[in-house]
Amino acid sequence: MGLKEIILSKSINVFHLSSGSCNNCDIEILDCLTPRYDLERFGITLVGSIRHADVILCTGSANRLTVPIIKKLYDEMPKPAFVVAFGACGSSRGLFKDSYNTGQPIDEIIPVDAYIPGCPPKPEAIIGGLLKLIEKIKDKNKGKIKG
Amino acid sequence: MNIDEALKSITDRFGSRILAVSRRSVKRAYMDIYPKDIVDIVRYIFKDMAFRFNIASAVDDFDGLEVIYHFSNDAAGFVISVRALLKDKTDPHIDTITEVTRSAWWIEREIHELFGIEFDGNKDLRPLLLPDDWPSGVYPLRKNFVVPKRDSRKEGAE
Amino acid sequence: MSHKAHVPIGPYHPLQEEPEFYKLVVDGEKVVDVDVRIGYNHRGIEKISESKNFDQSIFIVERICGICSSSHPIACVQAIEDIADIPVPERALYIRTINQELERIHSHLLWLGLAGHFLGYNTVFMWSWKYRELICDIMETVTGNRQNYAMLKVGGVRRDIEKEHVPYILSRLDELLPKLDMLKGAVLDDPVIHARLKGVGVLTKEAAIDYATLGPVARASGVDIDVRRDHPYAAYDRVKWNVITREEGDVFAKTVVRILEMYESASIIRQCLDKMPQGPIDSNPKDVPAGEGIGLAEAPRGECFHYIKSDGTNSPMRHKIRAPTYMNFPTFRETVIGETISDATIILAGIDPCYCCTERMLIVDTKDKDIMNVEKLIKLSQEKTARLKEKMGIK
Repeated sequence: MGLKEIILSKSINVFHLSSGSCNNCDIEILDCLTPRYDLERFGITLVGSIRHADVILCTGSANRLTVPIIKKLYDEMPKPAFVVAFGACGSSRGLFKDSYNTGQPIDEIIPVDAYIPGCPPKPEAIIGGLLKLIEKIKDKNKGKIKG
Repeated sequence: MNIDEALKSITDRFGSRILAVSRRSVKRAYMDIYPKDIVDIVRYIFKDMAFRFNIASAVDDFDGLEVIYHFSNDAAGFVISVRALLKDKTDPHIDTITEVTRSAWWIEREIHELFGIEFDGNKDLRPLLLPDDWPSGVYPLRKNFVVPKRDSRKEGAE
Repeated sequence: MSHKAHVPIGPYHPLQEEPEFYKLVVDGEKVVDVDVRIGYNHRGIEKISESKNFDQSIFIVERICGICSSSHPIACVQAIEDIADIPVPERALYIRTINQELERIHSHLLWLGLAGHFLGYNTVFMWSWKYRELICDIMETVTGNRQNYAMLKVGGVRRDIEKEHVPYILSRLDELLPKLDMLKGAVLDDPVIHARLKGVGVLTKEAAIDYATLGPVARASGVDIDVRRDHPYAAYDRVKWNVITREEGDVFAKTVVRILEMYESASIIRQCLDKMPQGPIDSNPKDVPAGEGIGLAEAPRGECFHYIKSDGTNSPMRHKIRAPTYMNFPTFRETVIGETISDATIILAGIDPCYCCTERMLIVDTKDKDIMNVEKLIKLSQEKTARLKEKMGIK
């Protein structure tokens, strides 16, 4: 395992991106920072700028207006970069797949490495999913894994 | 003031300009009016009778596009909805009520982009919700707009 | 020499859960104009609702907004019930009330945490979100999920509150109340918070009425409206509680209103648990006739309004949804112009925008390459608090 992978698996910077979500997923992510769940003990921190991010945590059903923004942010991310599609909306647009304003799910816009399904996923599922992603980074497993 | 007193006050003031009144219950009433009278009637209900503007909604019906303005009297707990029918679906127009209340700014923009209704006198009918590259003349909430059912994986990215 | 710069707030910041684009035009330190580009959360729910049946619409409507997750379904279900005066059993009315008031507490605590962060009081953020978990625990025990409760149906509720849950709910509320006292003291008695929030972002009563503002934003400006009292629904007319209003209209008044409302909510829940009769929770209506109906509910942010027109079939012919922030949000422009950039985030927070309810975006681009992102804006706000503390000799 290279130095990059060792560092990545010990301390992950996560950038949270909402592509048109109902906010539940976003709140559950913030909930993970609070004392009861405390994501930071796993070395996972939320960052405010895409240029510092290793992982992009994408919620929401990829509203048309956000599609160019998602692509732009993914391109700006320093590689290696990993994408987690979060929630039912992130994985497949969920209930909103029949809408005129949600063209395609996130995994058709940018390559996704992990999915955390749920509406919203509970904080335990989030922690589980992110830990699985860390395992993936360590193993360099190229296949998609479910959280 | 209860709902019957309110309805009587409006019908006394506007007479035959009120086409129909349907009092559903002690809490709900619907009034039909001509589109050209909307500003005067809204001004009376919002300013003179001091009702609160809930929202406006548009409906694409068989005989035209209906715009319904909902007002609530919070002191007595009832809602009066004022309905104007725009019969010409190809070029529907109604006067703006933003002169009477600023709370109608956004909803007129939204109804304009989703239904294609022109609010005469409103200089700011920019799109509120739809993307900038949404094709003009396509109004999503009209009945003739059908969201295409497709399997996006087969067709690839749009 | 003053120059105009456009200040970006957004697009994506960890503590702004939703993508927002506000274009703030600043002249030096003062905000002179604001424009908003929304649409980033627009999912076409009204159109989707037309192709689903009435039962399915309730599930979609729950996901309009995560924090008003019980208010939109209550308003939706009441609109359908209004079409034909569909009766609802007594016990179901009380359960609806309890569901809504629990959500009000958790929403206001969430807001308190975010406002605390914007001001630089990260401990307030951590505490209020930690104690919010007590409410999430109750929700999970009673409804099965921390958010998106799926409790409502036309004619009643889907799940009952079991007898053994009642002492659990009461014990959690007992645990929560002293923490609320602590948070109340930490926020309302702090002279620095007084200095930061008093007189900031004032919304006059006349403007509040002209913009038809709702909820705590209106009540903080002296407009005495509350759907629970004015258009009574569920079991609100069967229990005693107070509507909290203030006259000043500034962000401090909005904070006071929200904090005191949490105590009223706790009292309503206790009364409901006490008075709830035994009996059925569902009147099992068979179909929805043609007609139109309106449903109103007081979400934590204000009135949710649903208008449903039915043509006698299984699906709504038209489902108009109006969330409270749709009316409140335009007051941001009214209240932020003339204030400084470092207060912009807290004034915005004062409205408690439920972005997904209204879909707003914040974009800022700058002509003079003076780009500030939301992180920097929140930092400006926190730095102002630090300067004030130093000036007042407080550590």
